Formats: sequence, structure tokens, C-alpha cells
Amino acid sequence: MSDTQMSDTRSSETGAGESGAQIPVTVLTGYLGSGKTTLLNRILSENHGKRYAVIVNEFGEIGIDNDLIVESDEEIYEMNNGCVCCTVRGDLIRVVEGLMRRPGRFDAIVVETTGLADPAPVAQTFFMDDDVRSKTKLDAVVALVDAKHLPLRLKDSREAEDQIAFADVIVLNKTDLVSEDELRAVEATVRAINPAAKIHRTQRSGVDLAEVLNRGAFDLKRALENDPHFLEAHDHDHDHVCGPGCDHDHHHHHDGHDHHHHDHHGHDHASPIHDVTVQSVSLRGGEMDPKKFFPWIEKITQMEGPNILRLKGIVAFRDDPERYVIQGVHMIIEGDHQRAWKDNEKHESRLVFIGRELDADRLRKSFEACQAA
Amino acid sequence: MPTVAPLDLEGHCVAAVFLDDVPHFALADGSIHRLDHGHKTEQANDGLLCAFHDSANDRLITGGEDGKVFAVQAGGAVEQLAEAGRKWITSVAAGPQGAIAYASGRTAFVRFADGKVKEFTHPRSVEGIAFAPKGMRIGVARYNGATLHFAATEGKPVELEWAGAHTGIAFSPDGNFLVTTMQENALHGWKLADGKHMRMTGYPAKVKSLSWSPKGRWLASSGAPAAIVWPFQGKDGPMGKAPLELGTRGNAMVTCVSCHPSQDVAAIGYDDGMVLAARFADGKEVLLRRPGKGAITSMAWDSEERRIAFGSAAGDCGVIDIAG
Repeated sequence: MSDTQMSDTRSSETGAGESGAQIPVTVLTGYLGSGKTTLLNRILSENHGKRYAVIVNEFGEIGIDNDLIVESDEEIYEMNNGCVCCTVRGDLIRVVEGLMRRPGRFDAIVVETTGLADPAPVAQTFFMDDDVRSKTKLDAVVALVDAKHLPLRLKDSREAEDQIAFADVIVLNKTDLVSEDELRAVEATVRAINPAAKIHRTQRSGVDLAEVLNRGAFDLKRALENDPHFLEAHDHDHDHVCGPGCDHDHHHHHDGHDHHHHDHHGHDHASPIHDVTVQSVSLRGGEMDPKKFFPWIEKITQMEGPNILRLKGIVAFRDDPERYVIQGVHMIIEGDHQRAWKDNEKHESRLVFIGRELDADRLRKSFEACQAA
Repeated sequence: MPTVAPLDLEGHCVAAVFLDDVPHFALADGSIHRLDHGHKTEQANDGLLCAFHDSANDRLITGGEDGKVFAVQAGGAVEQLAEAGRKWITSVAAGPQGAIAYASGRTAFVRFADGKVKEFTHPRSVEGIAFAPKGMRIGVARYNGATLHFAATEGKPVELEWAGAHTGIAFSPDGNFLVTTMQENALHGWKLADGKHMRMTGYPAKVKSLSWSPKGRWLASSGAPAAIVWPFQGKDGPMGKAPLELGTRGNAMVTCVSCHPSQDVAAIGYDDGMVLAARFADGKEVLLRRPGKGAITSMAWDSEERRIAFGSAAGDCGVIDIAG
């Protein structure tokens, strides 16, 4: 075998591609029986004025005849870059490329994953492939959760947990099949896995489609505007792993959302959730020194990438009039200035890591060491 | 001076070819346009995804979103050759004795001239399909390598392994080499006699267009700000050798290459719609078309070696007359 490498000293800019806005892509995950097909049928049939191309692994029970339903074999391809978590959905690259050759047919794309799918390769496809990235943008990962069967699912599969951990929007479905106490416990479990997602309680997948589609959850300019109280100060320690009953008051003390207000009976961090292996680590600090912060986040995501499912945050840099927002999927991170800090806003930095085997103490200490002196 | 006869169409051009020396343009919506004493249109697939010029039979084989395979003849005859169900036809090829091949999901199909169809299923998706120049043999690009089948006999397939996702495939005209395009920015090659590997790397973008020069002496490729042309004259292909870099531009990427039918010259199409011709011997360039609306997606030479049909992603197609 011989390596033949051409000399290449030029820039690595990619093709300009065609002009036009990027098409938003919603990823729909959820275990078998969680109500994905019902939600998909609503997206395809309701009169919302938008046309969707839907990529599915099996036509299955979608009882709708539509040219824009594309059946595709799930192909997880590892990238040859030595990174075990750098996987993409090869079939999506091809299907998206095909669909985008006739972009006038639809306004957005929905990707339905199989019940057992790991959402990471789907999400990473929209960051790692230049062609896909130039024409489409990941809008949000939506997870449907069966309120009745979630505890069982968590016992027998890691995927159910991954899907929740990965989601931007969680539709807690089939709430009519459980008691209020059970529902509260399930919601607390979901929160424990993913404190950053928006949760909607529904029956028969009856969530307002506006809460699922066109969320801009991966849009750095928009993501945190939808959730202005993202990781805002709690009454309690900020690096805890939430347990059942933990009250995330940042989600229900402001207007303009339909989150179900629920009672809570104080904090109960001691309550163990045996079947949850995902944890979240929320960090808060003051103004950061970019010379310290960027190498730190770079190193953390390189070293801990396989363990980090999602990462989101707002960063205040010293002497920077603008808020910096950051997000990541495994080893992929993106950051950008979002907007100017408002006069009454406290310049503080907030980050949440959702993953496994995260060393909360080490993360917090190393994060705090990045603060501007 | 080269002149350009433009043909402005609506939509992405998948293939520009000459059939009976009449320029034909196959668009993503399945319409087939030709300039045959005026602009004429036929309809092939409902959603056309891939096309292959079957030069031996002077026809264009197309596959599409409708799961169907069509043959478009010169003069406008469109014939359905095969149907493979609800999945997309993602790759088509034409081979010896009127045989064609097509891919749908994880299955590669070979349809012989008599209409008999043979299926080859794989554990992973068939990403690309090609016929060897001799013998009824197909190559399939797949995850982690390529698979070769003798389509007419019941033999065991030959598996060629190389880690990574292989997305397209081409045999050299002499049948000695097999080259795949990859999801990463690279080509991979095998010398078929001994299975020796050839890595062709260094591209800043994915390689989407390959073209062999006459007798397979060179392999031109897209995926860089120049046409990257690998030497295949030696018995070991390009191993240990540097490629030519032709038509280098600072601000544009090559998206399509098409070698001249008899001389060591390539037509080079860019992402801004420009087309150049460049000579391998000295790198001399001639501007054939100024930038247009979209990236060049397909080019073909006519049999007189005088005209080039070109298509773009934005539909601004046309025919270049080199002599003017």
C-alpha cells in the first residue's frame, strides 16, 4: 500500500453552492408506541400551511399517500477521523441531497428515526457533511415519551434515555394512562435526564405543532431566546443532578409557554432514579477569559466527547458587549455571538452538560478557572 | 473563439449528454430536454436522481424517486426498463450486451437485455454501482469497501475492504483498477490483479465527478479548486506519484470534469458555472464559458470532439462549440 498525497496549501473553502435559505429539519425520536406515527400523521395532514418532506425508515402505518414520504435504510457511517462518536447517517446525506435538488416542493423536512435509534448520528449529519449543512439546518430534536411505559423502557434500554437526553422538545404523551402522581414522577425522571428541554404533556400526540416544528433549537441566534430563563439561578446548588420532585422553576415563572404547572413538595435530591445513567451538570460563573475558555471547552469536548450527549450554554466574556452562545453534540461544538447584553442583564456564564460519567466537580472547577481574573 | 449556445431550464440538471450527437439534458424533475431542431421535451422519472450514458447503445439510463428505471433514446423515445418498489433508485449503470444495473436500498439489480433481472443483496446500502469494461461483472460501492459480482454466473462475490463510506464507483477503461469516491474527502483505489490499495487524498471537498482520459491513462476528479488528475499509466497506478492540478482558481471549486474523447485535455466545470479546458501536457487553459447561475453538474463531449453539452445546478445549461 502506498500513500499518495497531493500537495495542498490552498484554503479549504467549500463550494459556494446555490443561494437560498437553508431548509429546517426536525428530528422525531421516540420508542415504539410512544405516538410518533400519530404525530407524523398530524404533521402531514393538518392544515398548517406548510409542506413537509418526511424521511422514514419504514412506511409502516403512515396512512397517508404523499410523494414526499421517503423510505430510507438507516445507515450509520463512522467517519474515518479516529473519533468513535463521529458518526453520520449516510442515507440521510443522499436523501437530503436528492430532495434539495427540487427545493420548491416543501418548506421543511422531518426525519423519523426508528424506536431504537441513537439520535446523535442523525443530528451530527447536519453538522458534519458540508453539502447537507449548506442546504439544510437542524431545527430541533423532538422526543416522544410514553408516560405509561417510560419506567419500563428505562430499565431495558439505553436508547430511551439517550433520546430524552438528546431532545430539545419532549412530548410526554399518553398522560391519560397514568395517575397524576405517576405523571409527576415520570416528568421528574425526564427532567433529571434533561433539564434543558421543553416538556409538553399531551394525550394522543395532541401537542400544538407550533411547539414541535420550526423551533430553531440549534439556531444559535434563536435557541436561547425561546427559553429566556435558560439555566437561570435556582435556589439550590447549580451543579447538582436533579432528582424527582426537583422544581425547575425557570420553566414556569414566566409567561408565553404552555408548560403544565405542577405542584411540588420541595426538593428531594436524595430520591434515587435507579435506571437513569444520564446525568446533567449545570455550571454557572461570571465573566470568562476567552483565552482560557476556548482551550478549555475544546479540550473537554475532545476528551469527554463520547460521554457528552448535548451541551448548551451562554457565555459572558470580559470586555465583550455581546452574549456568546455555544452548543455541542458529542465532539462537535459551535459557538457564535448572539446579541448585545441588555442593560439590566447580569453578565454571567451558564453551561449545561448532559451526558454520562461526567465528573461534575472537575468540570465545575475547571470551568471556574476560566473566569477572567 | 469558443461560443456558447445557452439553454435556460428550470431546475437542477442531473445529466447533460449527446445522444446521436443531439444534446440532451436530464433534470431532477424527470424532464428530458433536447436541442433537436428546436427545444423539445420528454418526461422520464417522477423525480430523477441518477443517470448514466450507455454509449454502446446511445441511450441515457435514468433512475429516480419513483423507483423506476427508464431508457431515453435519441429522438425522444422513453421506455421503462424496470421498477423496484417504493424506494428510490439511487444509482444506475450500463454494461456489455445491453445489460443495465441499478441500486435500491441494499439491493443491486442487474437487468439483462432479455429482460431477466438478477438481485444482489448486501448487508449495507448500495451507494454506487458500475460495470467492469469486460465480462458481465459489476462493482458495488458500500460502507467499508466495494463488492464485485459476476452477474451471469453463481459465483462468490469478491469483497474489497477499506474502512469508511464509499459513495461512488468506477472501473478504469482497461479494467485493471477500481476507484471509489468516499464520504470523506478522498478517493480510494484497488489494483484488481493483486488487491493493492491506492489512497488518493488531500481534497478540500468531497469528490463527486470522475472522468478517465483516453485509454485510462489519467483519472480527472473534482473536489478541489483545480481539477486533480491522477496518473494511471504505470502498472501500479498513481502510487507514489503526484497528480496534475489543472485550471487552479483561487475563489472557486471544481464540481465537474470531463476528459476529451481522444486527446489529453479535460473540460473543467466550477461551482460558479465557469467552464475551462486544460491540456495535461503543459497545463494551458482556454476559457469556454464565463460564470453562470449555478455549479456545473454534468458535461459531455460530442463524437466530433467539437462540442460540449453542460448542465448546472441552477438549470442554466447549454452547448459550447470549441471551434466557434
